[in-house]
Amino acid sequence: MKKIEYTRVEGKSAAYFGLLGGLGLIMLIGLLAVWRMEHEGHYITGMSNQIIWGMPHVFAVFLIVAASGALNVASIASVFRKKMYDPLARLSALLAIALLAGGLVVLLLDLGRPDRLIVAMTYYNFKSIFAWNIILYTGFFAFVGLYLWTMMDHNMHRFKPYAGFAAFVWRLILTTGTGSIFGFLVARSAYDAALLAPMFIVMSFAYGLAIYILVLMAAYKWTGRELGDMVIQRLRNLLGIFVGATLYFVLVYHLTNLYITEHHSLEKFLLLEGDIYTNVFWLGQVLVGIVIPLVLIYAPGVRNCRNTLGLVSAMVIIGGLCQMYVTIIGGQAYPLEMFPGYEVSSSFFDGVVAEYKPTVYEIALGLGGVALALFAVTFGIKVLSFLPKSLADSEVNPH
Amino acid sequence: MSEKVCETAVKAQGVDQSRRDFLGKSLAVAGTITVAPGVFLHQTAQAKPDDQPVTGEVRWGILIDTNKCAKGCTDCVDACNEEHGLTGSMPKSSDAQRTQYIRKVTLREKATGHEHSLPMLCQHCEHPPCVDVCPTGASFKRVDGIVLVDKHICIGCRYCMMACPYKARSFVHEDLTDQTLASPRGKGTVESCTLCVHRVDKDGTPACVEACNQAEHNAMIFGDLKDPQSDISKALKEQGGKQIRADLQLNTGIRYQGI
Repeated sequence: MKKIEYTRVEGKSAAYFGLLGGLGLIMLIGLLAVWRMEHEGHYITGMSNQIIWGMPHVFAVFLIVAASGALNVASIASVFRKKMYDPLARLSALLAIALLAGGLVVLLLDLGRPDRLIVAMTYYNFKSIFAWNIILYTGFFAFVGLYLWTMMDHNMHRFKPYAGFAAFVWRLILTTGTGSIFGFLVARSAYDAALLAPMFIVMSFAYGLAIYILVLMAAYKWTGRELGDMVIQRLRNLLGIFVGATLYFVLVYHLTNLYITEHHSLEKFLLLEGDIYTNVFWLGQVLVGIVIPLVLIYAPGVRNCRNTLGLVSAMVIIGGLCQMYVTIIGGQAYPLEMFPGYEVSSSFFDGVVAEYKPTVYEIALGLGGVALALFAVTFGIKVLSFLPKSLADSEVNPH
Repeated sequence: MSEKVCETAVKAQGVDQSRRDFLGKSLAVAGTITVAPGVFLHQTAQAKPDDQPVTGEVRWGILIDTNKCAKGCTDCVDACNEEHGLTGSMPKSSDAQRTQYIRKVTLREKATGHEHSLPMLCQHCEHPPCVDVCPTGASFKRVDGIVLVDKHICIGCRYCMMACPYKARSFVHEDLTDQTLASPRGKGTVESCTLCVHRVDKDGTPACVEACNQAEHNAMIFGDLKDPQSDISKALKEQGGKQIRADLQLNTGIRYQGI
């Protein structure tokens, strides 16, 4: 096998600057939305005292979960010692850092008082999983940064397995923490489940890999580098396994709830009568995000089609956003059970499904985070050598 | 000689007596000055000078008799809104966004159709989930059981609102003007019932309880759950009281009868 050569992308073309400019514009629009939200207050959003976390959180949690999943490709190389994944590892780590940064920025800028970031960094309530997450995010940047250093500096190569292992363990803890933000909410029927932590981990595998595949294919196509079928084939199979595992966890979650009488009305809401949430669940999360991708990955006629893999990855991402929408918004829309056996009504919307209509500000903020992540990757591959010059079949170790 | 001695002794005795009296009275006064504040504090029990910390020897709570809570009556809600300057303070926000510290909830039993209502407010839990999840510690519980938000370190993440089983918290969705001195609030931070801590610290009663009693409904009893002689403790001992979502074992400070 030849030694893999990494190079920076040239980044001088109009298309490259057009891409940066376009992403920059989306970020700017996001910032304008934030300025309005912070200046006016959250009344200009669709969020309320009933739907407490809205569209920004759908984007933020998706990006944070996908960040840890994007690192998986690198982990397969350094922790599971699969040689083929070695050349893919640098981009994997870069993407992980970029996605996390995008997600965190959205989360931060949605705060009621984002100017108090310093408070969040200096006052810690260690019983809060949210406070733990602040440490986990910071640690993720540090560990993945170190890992990148060991990958990119020849003098540091010998530490690569250790840094890779540390980053791998940390990413598992991080997604456990993200899932537990919801898992620890005892009062809400849709959450309050230990299953949410491993479910988020498995989902992160799928979402992160889907984004990785799209970024890799775009980067290689737009820079005229060769991307061999072998890499594509392996990533396709991996995505299939991760999407299948996601389906398994979704099944276990709902089957468990369906068995428990207490949760029957929640399941009736999510699966049958929840209008938008039911539609988003069946059409978005299940059909677009899981069923069609699985068919397209394993159906014989389309197996080797590269465009299909691009489509599948996009569908997994859309399905992931739908899943976050159902989990985060749907979970809050379902009324809190305070008085079993009673029908409840009040001026504060007790006993009714909460309404939520996201406004343009929230969506702009969320998309701003996505743009930030992609901007960071686009910029990163120009300033440092993240991408192998070629990923042609002849260049890549198949083991 | 002996008479002289006796005379001196009597004289001396006289001097000693007056000195003893003086000493005795001084000691009595000093003793009174020393002991009295303690005795006084114990007797009136609740009034807390502003420069002294809150004591954990009391735990404040409210017992609500839903049988006495009149359907359609919102006296407690109105009083709360007035006390904390909530009325009309958020004109731009939607109904779903506007703050409510206390609300009237109507309950209709599915099996029988029996209807009654009760006021719902922060339950001032002994183990408050909002305090557990708050990343900065802005959500906190005083040793006397009152759960509050420190609006200076609240970052507005709203995780406490996600965690509260009673939907008792609100987020300030817009700028506020003309706030009441007693109840400072702030855009971008979370707020909830303070159990009228500004009144309680001055030996007062929460505005909702006061309004309910003034209207002679007497559905709410405020008091110290730790004092067996308090009205609330006696009523709880005699008639019992339930916690909403007792299954969560949060040991709420607000108890209900008739549910």
